[in-house]
Parts: sequence; C-alpha cells; structure tokens
Amino acid sequence: MAKKKKKMPGLNTSSTADISFMLLIFFLVTTSMDTDMGLSRRLPNPPDPDQEDAQVDIKSRNIMYVRLNSAGQLWIKDETFNDYVDISILRQRAKDFIKNEQNFSKWPEKHVKVIDHMGRCFVTDKHVISVQTARDTPYFAYFQVQNELVAAYSELRDEISKEKFGRLYESLDEDLKAAVRQYYPQNISEAEPKKYGVAQ
Amino acid sequence: MAGFKRKEGREMVEMNTSSLPDLIFTILFFFMMVTTMREVTLKVKFVVPQGTELTKLEKKSAVSFIYVGPPTDQLRAQMGSGTRIQLNDRYAEPREVMDFVASERKGMVNEGDQVISIKADQHTHMGYITDIKEVLRKSWALKINYSASRRN
Repeated sequence: MAKKKKKMPGLNTSSTADISFMLLIFFLVTTSMDTDMGLSRRLPNPPDPDQEDAQVDIKSRNIMYVRLNSAGQLWIKDETFNDYVDISILRQRAKDFIKNEQNFSKWPEKHVKVIDHMGRCFVTDKHVISVQTARDTPYFAYFQVQNELVAAYSELRDEISKEKFGRLYESLDEDLKAAVRQYYPQNISEAEPKKYGVAQ
Repeated sequence: MAGFKRKEGREMVEMNTSSLPDLIFTILFFFMMVTTMREVTLKVKFVVPQGTELTKLEKKSAVSFIYVGPPTDQLRAQMGSGTRIQLNDRYAEPREVMDFVASERKGMVNEGDQVISIKADQHTHMGYITDIKEVLRKSWALKINYSASRRN
C-alpha cells in the first residue's frame, strides 16, 4: 500500500550562525584596521658612478644649514645667524629664509622667472636647505626637523596659492599645483652624516 | 475567581533566527573589505614619531614596509637589545634591502608607484636610517614614507 507522501524535512540551519561567527572572529583577529600615515619624501637620484664628483658651487647666501648633533640639538647657520636653537622656531626661520621678502642681500638671491599661469615672478628657487645629521642623532629629532621643513614649505605654498588663485594649494588643479611648486621648489639636501667627535 | 485559567499545551513562540546567518555574513564581508591581512609577525618593537604634515598611504599594494627597532621582549634574550632591521619575517642587514626592494617590485603592476614605508622606532639612531636610505637610493626606490602618528 502506498504510504501517504511524507513531508520533506527542512535542513537544520541553526548552526550556520555559529559558523559564520567563527569566520568573523577569525578575520577580526588576523587583520589590522590601522590606517598607515607618514611623512612622504622623495630621495634624490643615485649618484652617477661615471661622473666625477661634480661639486655644484652654491653661493653661501643661498644655503641654510640645519644640523643635528648626537644629542638631538638643533643648530642653524646661514649668513645672518649661527647658533643652537629650539625646534619651535625652525619653521618660521625657514619660511623667512625661503621667502626673503625684502630681497635681503644675505638671504637667497631672487631672480625673475616666467611661470605658467603666474607670469613673471620674482623667485628664490636657488635656495638650498642642507640637513645634516650625525650617525647617532636620534631619529625623532630628525623627523621633527623634516616635519617642520615640510610644514614651512606647505605654508608658503598656501600663501602664494591664496594670493594668486584665491584658494589653498591642496584644492588647486594639477597644473596650477605644478606652477606653485615651481615658485617654491622643495630644495632639501641631505648630506652624508658627519661623525662629530667620533674616532674614525 | 476563576477568570484566568491556564490553557494547557500552549508553547512559547520561537523567534525566527533564519536570517541571523545572513546578518553575520554581512558583518563578515564588511570586515573583509575594510581590513588588510596582517602580513608579517613583528619581531621588532617600535613607537613611531609624531608629526603634523602627514599623508595617508594610498595604494596599499604598492607599499612595502621596513621595520627598524629593538627586538621584541620575547626575542630579547636571544637577540639582545640593539637596533635591528626587519624585512618580511626575519632580521636583515641594510645591504639586503636591495634584494628586498627587487623582490617586492616583481609583483607590482606599476613599478614607478612603489613606496617604501620606514617604520622606525623614534629612538633609533640616524645611522641605521641613513644606511637604509643609501641602499634605497641605489636600488632606485626613491619614494619613501617615514611612518608616523598624528600629533594633536
């Protein structure tokens, strides 16, 4: 005799939640959610081995030396100044030096340069900021110096962007940004670390 | 009073949990999207310096990390407390950075986008950092990033 048709039993899915919970916990444990932040820099191209050590002569009025000794103390030297200073004044000094608003004869020379979108400008693009460290300078001191110098440049770029285009540097289009970068190029040079007071 | 007589055989209504797995799966997928796999086990400990002019690292796939700092507490007994450089899962010498850069570069779609992020302890001596930078220059990995946290 044919039995009455049985109802298909439903699959028991009560454990699916547990399984997916375990997967979730696995992913929570093995992944990291921290967003990585940092100070972006670009290294200079490697030295060309075929070329002689072509020491580019830079007029001394164009250079500002920023040195860090092994205790992390900061020393600034240009044609007008030569002393140990606190990190807090570095930004303003670097800005004044790069800008040379009064065309002061002991700060970087200014010359006329024609820049796209800006026309004839009076720029100090020959300036160099030379950062020198000792081998045992603490890294955070060096990092603070880099941070302050980058801050000085970005403040200067913001100023000129506001003056010429009425907007901050970050909100400009790429070609206007390039023009601003020509006005204030980042010339930070890093020499080989000096071995102050260390027997060679 | 005989007004409330308990009815016999009435069962508690069960909550329908059939959508619970779907819910959890949604959370799971969310986490899989927003997080990245931890690729290496850290063998050095470091506290990165603090700064204000920081940028976010974009294009995670183009970023390679170099860790610099003293060995972790578990490894200190064997390795001492001097500064070490970690590439992938092991300690390395500065000159090995060149091979590391080359091998990291292999899998990249656009080699010019390669960024090396230096995660160094803030009390590291600059000598190590300078050595690494010299090797990076020689291997044409010029875009670098000093890892840092935001200062308020």
